Order: sequence, then structure tokens, then C-alpha cells
Amino acid sequence: MSILVHRETRVLVQGITGREGRVRTKLMLGYGPKVVAGVTPGRGGEEVEGVPVFDTVNQALGEVGGVDASVVFAPAFSAADAAMEAMDAGIEFVVVVPDRVPLHDVLKLVEFASERGASFLGPNTLGCLSPGEGVLGMMGGSPEAARSFFKPGPAGVASRSGGITSSIAYYLGKAGIGASTIVHVGGDSVVGLPLPAVLARFEQDEATELVVVFGEIGTTQEERVAEMMARRELTKPLVAYIGGKQAEEGTRFSHAGAIVEGGRGGYESKVKALTEAGAHVVARFEDIPRQVKKLLRSG
Amino acid sequence: MARLLEHKAKEILSAHGIAVPRGRLAGSAEEALAASHELGAPPVLKAQVFSTGRASQGLVRFPTGDDETARSMKELLGRQIHGFPVTHVLVEERIQVAKELFAACIVSDELASPLALLASRGGTGVEELAKDPSVIFVRRAFSATKGLRSFEARTMAREAGLSGKEFTAVADFLVKLARGFLQEEARTLEVNPLAIAANGEAVALDCHFSVDDYAVPRHPELEIEIPREIGHPPTELERIAAKVEAADHRGTFFFLELSSEGERPVGFHGAGGGGSMMSMDALNRAGFTAKNFCDTSGNPSAAKVYRAAKHILAQRGLIGYFASGSGVASQEQFHSARGFVKAFREWPLTVPAVIRLGGNKEDVAIEVLTKFLADLPVPVEAYGKDDSAEFCAQRLKSLVRELPPVAPYECTPTSRTDAPKEEYAFQILTGRISIDHAVCKGCETRPCIPACAPKILEDRQGKAILREPADESAHRCTECLACELACFEIGKRAIEIELPIEGFEEYLARRKEHGQ
Repeated sequence: MSILVHRETRVLVQGITGREGRVRTKLMLGYGPKVVAGVTPGRGGEEVEGVPVFDTVNQALGEVGGVDASVVFAPAFSAADAAMEAMDAGIEFVVVVPDRVPLHDVLKLVEFASERGASFLGPNTLGCLSPGEGVLGMMGGSPEAARSFFKPGPAGVASRSGGITSSIAYYLGKAGIGASTIVHVGGDSVVGLPLPAVLARFEQDEATELVVVFGEIGTTQEERVAEMMARRELTKPLVAYIGGKQAEEGTRFSHAGAIVEGGRGGYESKVKALTEAGAHVVARFEDIPRQVKKLLRSG
Repeated sequence: MARLLEHKAKEILSAHGIAVPRGRLAGSAEEALAASHELGAPPVLKAQVFSTGRASQGLVRFPTGDDETARSMKELLGRQIHGFPVTHVLVEERIQVAKELFAACIVSDELASPLALLASRGGTGVEELAKDPSVIFVRRAFSATKGLRSFEARTMAREAGLSGKEFTAVADFLVKLARGFLQEEARTLEVNPLAIAANGEAVALDCHFSVDDYAVPRHPELEIEIPREIGHPPTELERIAAKVEAADHRGTFFFLELSSEGERPVGFHGAGGGGSMMSMDALNRAGFTAKNFCDTSGNPSAAKVYRAAKHILAQRGLIGYFASGSGVASQEQFHSARGFVKAFREWPLTVPAVIRLGGNKEDVAIEVLTKFLADLPVPVEAYGKDDSAEFCAQRLKSLVRELPPVAPYECTPTSRTDAPKEEYAFQILTGRISIDHAVCKGCETRPCIPACAPKILEDRQGKAILREPADESAHRCTECLACELACFEIGKRAIEIELPIEGFEEYLARRKEHGQ
């Protein structure tokens, strides 16, 4: 198995008639899983790549039956509202792809999701991809690229940076190591499924033998992963790289996440917490595949 | 996260019903004296800079009379903070303080929720106070939709040991603070000290106010020029860059001058936040300091990358140029490559450069860079996804060791330089394409036509011309620069793509005038 997305996942695409929506629908259709419906308000009755388009999520579900996940490509200012619409209709998992979704919209979405027992990946995420099974979002770009970049295998990959997510999986693949699922948690400081939540799912996943994490300065996600390890809630081996050593404190680069807050959140704090909890923190990005190989061999 | 200067932050607090001292902004001694007379008592002078611990740096003054006010103003306006000058001072009434507290609303990433904080003491050194067991720190998560309810605020005030009139005043203040925090979509709204005035009123004496960059378009009242955390008032070059980004929404362009004074400064050009940071770390390990941070990502046009490169090149004292992102980008990398070529030939580049453009269509990107920049007197090395950032930074190290910067030299730009004899021109999204048909008609290959991705050009009577009228087709130009490069390489050099950067030439001229 894998986490978050499988071959049989039934998917709805919100914002399917937009430029991104169209291109990524093609990706998901070509790579998997099953895109069963699309929604764009005011465009009901159309088709995109053979997928029927509806005006509302409720209407779509009434026509095509239940879906497991919705992928949102709506504009940033309406992304949270679209995600709420999906959750309100009973969809339990939503991938919020757009960048620049206002923070307070995300905070409201967190409240909404928790009231309805739903969860969401993102915002500002490439999505997630289980090699050979399917993709939710835009990871890989095209079915051909996704097939050539990502191979199935035992490593669960979770990253806070989009570009880096693909890079890790690509470099691992080059070293002969496949991935169970590759997850971009999203680049912002508040996200629906932060690293600890994703790693908790990898812990339960039979196909995942070990976990690779790309962390960054800012937020407390990595420190909380270390706490999980200390509590034995995460027992699988973990290889981590933390980016942003040279970044100035308090300076946030394009990633909303790169903010240094208090004692936690800094480079040193993250490396120390993870190392003390037994994680294998590599100093150079290039060392990730070697370290993963070593651990797989010894396991 | 964009931060507001104190005077602006207080204006916003006041609009939310929070009491702040009376005050006025002054940019000169004269303005400060006028403001002081209006207040009718000796004021406090506070330099408007993004710096914590202003009091200990002498950036807050308590002058006793007009002479001292004028003198203090001159001193303050002569100061540089992190290499950036003080330009404004807040002239404010002095408040009789009975007690100082600390109050804040922040976003907790851990709780994924707004969080209100109240401390029984405040003022300077609040981080030290947080460790003092005699100081009570109360924290309470509150709903992003419902705000901090009155009873929650009262509970906090009670837990902080307040009673009587100040208990009510602080509880009321907290509700308003949380409301302002939510309405303005802040990330941090910290009032320190929160003064209990002699009359029992809760007054915000100082304030740290950062807002969510993404929400800035919804808040014109905040008057934020550059919706990014930059840690200093924006520099001229940063302002110019912000205008470029605002005018062109295809992909991200962010340029930030770093205040760190490194001995081995390199112009840094990243792509994507994570990849950029990883690349800067590699640059750092190779013994360099990034003179700037720059990010062009999210599928930017070649024109945007060109403009970004010009900003980087305009910085003084560089010994190298390093471009590197995540390594496996999904954007078509040849766009960036063409942007580099145009900028490097035009400026021209005087230092060694290493450009790592891994990912989609990287082969084409590397070919473009290699082919068009081979004749420069400084080396430009191009790499793809199989060459790590670490390796590329080390390559730059070797190149810089062998080759010091060269003096500015004559270099043929990719654009036509001669004035056109028979001009055919049309506007594109952020610039203008000019073809000299007098030159163009002598060309047999006309490589610009197949090079054009949106296929808007055609050969008509031996000249390159828009297939359809300009108002119907010119907007389809993606500013990929392919036509200019093709014309430069195998054509007659008849094309000039003008991509102006508002304020850039004026900035350079001004700098030159000041002999810098």
C-alpha cells in the first residue's frame, strides 16, 4: 500500500476548467488515479478531458457517487472556500494546491475541517504521489515525467519544499531506491497535514520501511517530529536534511515557511532535536541517497 | 511577512479602538519641533526602523527642550541601522505609566490557530522576563472565526493576576487586539509595553505588527509597498524589483539585498524557496556570502529572469554569479537560460558565473547558455539535475580563484543596437519588439519565425511580420526571447526586444552621479 493516494482513489477536481486544472487533470488521468468529476461554478455541463464538469460539489457527488479526495486549483483567494465546499459535501481529504492562500483563510479552514472530521494537504503544495499508483495535484508535471522520475519502493518521502520533493525522489530513484508515497506538505507555515501528521501515516503504512524528510527553518514541525520519535510514535528510521542554514534569522524568503520563531524553528534547534531523537540528519543534500541505502541494507 | 513601522502600526491600532499616545511623524528637526509644540510638552522621539531594542541603541530620546529636540533629531536622522539610514522619527507624547504589561496575538503553527498572550510584566527584555518565575505568562488559543470572546479575555486578565479597573481595561484591550489581529490578517501583533496609565487606561506604547503577505491585496489601508519580510525599509533596488513583480504575474520574482557584509560576495539567483536555501547553504560552504537573495520560480517568463539578472548584476563588488534552484524543476528551463543570455551580454557580465538549471528541458537550457556565452572573457558554466548544488558551488570557487573580475568590456548584446531604418514594432505584455525591416529583408533563413513558440510571426514579402494585426496577436507573445536570440545567432541582428525596468536606468545614473 501507500498513503493518501492509491490506484483506486476516486478524485474530484475543483477549478477543472482553469489552465492549471486542465493540465493537472491530464496528468492525473494519464498517471492515475481515477478522476471522476470536475467542478467549476458556472461551467456545469461542460467536459474537460472527458471528465464531466458540475457547478457544485454536491451536484457532482449526486451524479457520479462518492469520491475519496478533491484536488483544488481555484484562485488563491477562493481556495479555502472551495475546500470547505468539498468538506461540507462529505469529502474527507482535500489537496489545496494554490500558492499564496491567505494565512487566516487557512486558519478558518483548519477549524472547518476539524468540525467535519476532514483533513487537507497544503496549501501551496505539489500534492502527493504514490509511484505506479497515482498522483493528487501536480507532482511530476506530466505522466511521462512522473513515470520516469518516480519509482515504487520502501522510502516514504515528506518535504516542505515543492521543488525539493521531486529532487529527493529523483535522486533516490537514481540510486535504485523507490518510494512508497511522496508528499509535499506545502510551503506555508500553517498547513493541513504538517510533517508529524504525514509521518504518523507512514508509520502505519506497511509499504514504508523508512522515511526521508526535507525540513526547513521556520515552524516547529521538525521539532515535533523529534518529539514523536522520543515518544515512540514514530519508530521507522528517519533520514533528514534541513535547509536554510545560511538564511538570516527573521528573514523569510519566497517560502512562507522560512520564518525563524523563538528557540524552536532555527536550523540548530531542528538538527539537535532530530539527532537526539535518533534521526539521521545529513549535512549535505547529496548525502541523502547514501544514508538511505545504508539504513536499508542494515535493516 | 511584511512588517509595519511603529507609527503605521499605531494608526491601525487606533482605528480598532485601542488607545495609543498622541504623536506625529517627522522627517526633519523643524517638523519635530512643530509636532512637539502641538503636543504642548516635551515629547519622546522614536526612530522609525525595524530593529528591536531601540532604547539600548540610543534610537529613543527624551529631550528636555527645543534645542535638545532639534539636536536629537539631527543625530537620529544621521544614523544608519543595518546599513540603512533612518529617515523618519515618531514624535510622541509621554505617558505617565503606572505599570507595564505585555500582550500579543500570534499564529501558532503547532496549534494551527491564533494564540493570545498576556504577561503580568512587560517592557524591555521581555524574553528574559518570560523565564522569570515571578512573571505570569498566560496563553490562550482562540477561534479564527469567532475571535477572542470577552469571557476568554477576562479569564486571561484574571490569570495574569490583574484586578479592579486594570482588569477590566486589559480584558477589553485584549478583545480589541484580537479583533484587529483577525481583521488585518496579521501574523504577529505584539504590544510591548502595554502601559496601564496613571488614569487606569490601557495604552499601547510600542507595537510589533507583521501581516500576512498573501492577504496584503485585501488591505490597502496598510499601505504596504513590498509584501515581504525584508527586515529594513526597502532599498531603491528592492523597490524597483517589487514594481517588476507587480507588473508581471507570470511566476515569482523576489529580490532582497542582504545586510550581511561578506568578504566574498556573490550574486545569488535561486529558483524556489527550498531549492534556493539549499543552494545558498552550498554557496556558503564554498566560502562565499550571498550579496542578495533572489528567486525566480513558478514558471517565470524569460523576460522576468532577464530583469532579475539585471538587478543582481547591478550590485557592486560581486566576485561571482551563482544561479541554482532545486535541481529538478518542472518549469521549462530554457526560458531562464535565454533571460540569462540577454542580461549577461547586455550588462555585460564581468565575473565568473555558474548556472544550474536542472529539470524540465535542461538540455536545451544548457545548450543555450553554452552557445551564446562562450565568447565572453569570463567563464559561464551551465549544469543540470545530475550536478549537485554543492558541486556547482565548488566549481564557482575554482573559477573565482583562477579569475578575478574583469573590467567592463565591449560585448555585442543579443538585441540590435543600431537605430532602425525601417522599423516594424509592436507592444508586448511588458515591453516592445522592434524589427528593422531594412536589415531583416536581407535575411534568407528568417530563423525568428520557426523560433516563435506561439507562432505569431510569418514571412511576408521577405520580412518577418505579425501573422495577424498586432492588437489581435501581440498579446500572445510569451516574451520567451527566442526570436531575438535566433536573429542574433543566425539572422541579421534585426530584432530588438526592449524590456524596460521602471526606474532602473535612473537609479544607475543617480548612483554614478554620486560617484558610487
